Amino acid sequence: MSDATRAIEAVWRIESARLVAGLARMVGDVGLAEDLAQDALVAALEKWPEAGVPENPGAWLMATAKNRAIDRLRREKTYQRKREEVARETGAMFAMERSDFEAAAEDEIGDDLLALIFTCCHPLLSREARVALTLRLLGGLTTPEIARAFLAPEPTVAQRLVRAKRTLRDAKVPFEVPRGAELAERLPSVLEVIYLVFNEGYAASAGEDWIRTDLCEEALRLGRILAELAPAEPEVHGLVALMEIQASRSAARRGPDGAPVLLLDQDRGRWDPLLVVRGRRALERAEALPGPLGPYGLQAAIAACHAQAIRPEETDWVRIAALYEALAQVAPSPVVELNRAVALGMAFGPEAGLELLTQIEDDPSLAQYHLLPSVRGDLLEKAGRPEEAAAEFRKAATLATNDREKDLLLQRAEGHG
Amino acid sequence: MRFMMFMYPEIEEKDWGPQDDNVEEFKAMSRYNEELRKAGMVLSLDGLQPPSEGGVVSIDDGKATITDGPFAETKEVVGGYWLIQARSKEEALEWASRCPAENCRIEVRRVFEMEDFPQDVQDAVSENFGG
Repeated sequence: MSDATRAIEAVWRIESARLVAGLARMVGDVGLAEDLAQDALVAALEKWPEAGVPENPGAWLMATAKNRAIDRLRREKTYQRKREEVARETGAMFAMERSDFEAAAEDEIGDDLLALIFTCCHPLLSREARVALTLRLLGGLTTPEIARAFLAPEPTVAQRLVRAKRTLRDAKVPFEVPRGAELAERLPSVLEVIYLVFNEGYAASAGEDWIRTDLCEEALRLGRILAELAPAEPEVHGLVALMEIQASRSAARRGPDGAPVLLLDQDRGRWDPLLVVRGRRALERAEALPGPLGPYGLQAAIAACHAQAIRPEETDWVRIAALYEALAQVAPSPVVELNRAVALGMAFGPEAGLELLTQIEDDPSLAQYHLLPSVRGDLLEKAGRPEEAAAEFRKAATLATNDREKDLLLQRAEGHG
Repeated sequence: MRFMMFMYPEIEEKDWGPQDDNVEEFKAMSRYNEELRKAGMVLSLDGLQPPSEGGVVSIDDGKATITDGPFAETKEVVGGYWLIQARSKEEALEWASRCPAENCRIEVRRVFEMEDFPQDVQDAVSENFGG
């Protein structure tokens, strides 16, 4: 790749989301908007290497794409006249006049970008489709890059994208930011997509393709953008806080051999203080808004408790147990209860944790979950009941799917480790 | 990846910081900072006081000497910095070239990440953090 191409690619990654968003507002269809934006990119790749990158590349790309849009609309106009579908076409032209890019105010661009985020994460689309479309249109990633990032075959991702755009078009999903009750209803879908991208990157191991580990940064970037666009939404800040604090541990969460290191065993000197501070600040923004913390905010608050403890034994387990209880109220799940049992055990002694476990042990979703017997084994061991503990660790070892984990559990069953 | 963008303003020390005649430039700069923030790029940023508010420590053969400058040229003085998260060097350079200052030089440098160091260095570094 030449220097010029790389520079154009950099401009593209900065401008593409705003470009697609502005065009989608104009033509009312994200698929068409993307095609127009791509046309503009092709034009830039032809012209810029010789003429140089223009003074305002974003405006150049938008003007070029807009001219293509007008051409297309004109062509469609004659086509549609033939079919006497003038009425629909007038609507499209009207929409175009309303959103002249040059005249658009800065916050209108922000609004377009927000509308693009909500459209890409529309609940009509499957989770995979939402993730792919978001990375494509908001992250400016190419289809092969998305495929590599999600370890999926390229044609699968390409097809997923085509289908997603068609679904949005066929359902005539309006290109807009949902308001009021609809906003509250649709925001979780957006947050879920961003957090999925983050977790995919977090799950990637060091030796893997950089595009996978980069997903964490991409998710953080999307979260930070969303926090600027929708600053009144506490859960947006909650999610950003959670991601910043989790990302702060990325240098500590694997040992030299690549094996995962548990939170309490991590070398806290490797936690990134800048990201911890950023996470705490985002959490403060969430807390300053009216209403109690939501599921992301609460998880961030728990993460912040860990971040605050310089040594593991300084962890405020009483507060963490209370936060898990609040989390169990707003987002009930057996896994949350399991975590709460761990926190209760740390805060008030193993018996308190064991008591909670007896309440959830019959939950069918935990039947095959190795962490239930593993946590119980840990609590029994601390309660001075080594034989029962060993039995639980052996049970956990049979359920664990990961060999390394199996070994660790068997070692604990023998009374080591 | 992270990049530090050091800004070297080409001005005299007496013209440092907000003045009556550079309000517009400061406004433009804060719009630029806002744009960077809205693009989700900024990790942190600061503007620095003039050099006279700080000093220089030179270490020769392990021996530290404190002076208050002066610098041979104001071009060698950092006026502020942005720490950004970018997807490539080219993206960082593109953002730097959008800075609205009249006259300045911006040095864009990639930040070392923990993973860039060999394991023994990583261990030593984290020990020294007191971890």
